[in-house]
Amino acid sequence: MSGLSLHLQKLKKFSWSGIAALICLIFILFVVLYTFFHLQHDPNLTNLDERLQGMSLQHPLGTDQLGRDVLTRLLLGAQQTIGYSLLALLAALIIGVPFGLISGYKRGLVDRVFMRIADGFLAFPDTIIAIVLSGLLGPGIGNLVLAIIMVKWVSYARLVRSTVLAESQKEYVLVARTNGLSPIKIIRKHLFPHIIGHVLVLASLDFGKIILLISAFSYIGLGVQPPTPEWGAMLNESRPYFQTRPELMIYSGLAIVVVVLLTNMLGDYLRDHFDVKKEVEQ
Amino acid sequence: MSLLTVKELTKSYQSGKVAVDYLSFTLNKGECLGLVGESGCGKSTLARCLLRIEPINSGSIYFNNEPIESLNGRQLYSYRKKLQIVFQNPLAALNPKLKIKDSLVDPYLEYAKELNLSYFSFTSKAAFVKQLLEAVELPSSLADRYPHEISGGQQQRVTIARAISIEPELIVLDEPTASLDVISQRAVLTLLTELRETLNLSYLFISHDLAAVNQMCQRILVMKEGHLIDEFNRRDLFDNERHAYTKELISIY
Repeated sequence: MSGLSLHLQKLKKFSWSGIAALICLIFILFVVLYTFFHLQHDPNLTNLDERLQGMSLQHPLGTDQLGRDVLTRLLLGAQQTIGYSLLALLAALIIGVPFGLISGYKRGLVDRVFMRIADGFLAFPDTIIAIVLSGLLGPGIGNLVLAIIMVKWVSYARLVRSTVLAESQKEYVLVARTNGLSPIKIIRKHLFPHIIGHVLVLASLDFGKIILLISAFSYIGLGVQPPTPEWGAMLNESRPYFQTRPELMIYSGLAIVVVVLLTNMLGDYLRDHFDVKKEVEQ
Repeated sequence: MSLLTVKELTKSYQSGKVAVDYLSFTLNKGECLGLVGESGCGKSTLARCLLRIEPINSGSIYFNNEPIESLNGRQLYSYRKKLQIVFQNPLAALNPKLKIKDSLVDPYLEYAKELNLSYFSFTSKAAFVKQLLEAVELPSSLADRYPHEISGGQQQRVTIARAISIEPELIVLDEPTASLDVISQRAVLTLLTELRETLNLSYLFISHDLAAVNQMCQRILVMKEGHLIDEFNRRDLFDNERHAYTKELISIY
């Protein structure tokens, strides 16, 4: 019973912004997916007769400099931006978390070798890696995602390693070991609950940063290539019309701001949610 | 009949410090053997060596007349299901992110296939957890709490419940009451004595508290700087033949 009341109290206390952020994000994803399956306009079909039109029933947000429907491009752009950000984030998690787990649990030589490799990756700023990779392999979203993964996995590996390092010294892990639990079981049952919170918080905060990175690199032409719609690239394309049609930049700029804001709110919520101890202190 | 026999056990750390030096003793079935000594005399190191979580330098350990000092990995499995440990700090010995019920069933789930419980019975996880909590006189409503939501005495009872859950033959109690207040200490000691009789357990009771050891144990060992310096029955505690160090310990209490 007391567990239930505690839970209710927690919900009342600090979850509304997080829940709202989560609902908004799910709504956005749903709308984006809906657009993908029920396209009203071809996002890449140019129609110079209808360029730079204002709002109308047929084009709710008007058309851009090549006569393409802005709303369709905005929603499909979300697919590119959010989709590739998610892809980069998941790949970074898949590489980073096991790396950190092994490194923290095995210690010794394995730990030292793994961490020096991680340090090597950490030495390069993401901008440099992205520019070098697009220089070597040509500009494109694939290379940009690769560059982001190469930079981001390190922080997950280090976070997981430090948590595992601290927790696996404690007596409950010792007890689990004397009870014959295999390392895999110990990691899954005893260490994973400690890691998951930290990782989810970092991931949701990183998600916003990755969206910004992908948009920024697409803006300077190293990410998604035209005519594929992407928020950063759309910002760049509408830049010459900033004085006559400022809303073209505002739409995609606002879209980036809103999604990054929502993911950060979600990150804050998750941080509170996974802090079991804080729950009791209130 | 001897359950655990330690012969000439020596353990030193990499720094060269000898923690346990040429130690030999025997623990009989069904008895509670006390091990007394000041902090840093190697008591806990001995416990860790017995559990085979610290490698030993030399000597041998027999459990049920089988040598276990050279076993590794899977071979230790059958030994470990007969041995449990209770640590000094119960909060550290329970995973703060797991509910009490999840921590409790850890040993049972691991050894479930090879166990044949006589006192407890596993019908469902909830019923099993309830049985265990009742055995250590805790309300079953604690099962859904986290370790930091219950008191220190309750935490220690939970770790005891976990230790008895697989009905082991020997429980190593490494200063189980050191972090508790006086009233909880006495309650836990009484509980341990009752459990030993109901479940037919043997204890190796490690402590720096001679009064507690005297209350609990039939035989007492005294350890100083890694050496075993005295060994006697409880009734001989105030005997004139006791080692000078034992007398010193007695005079403190």
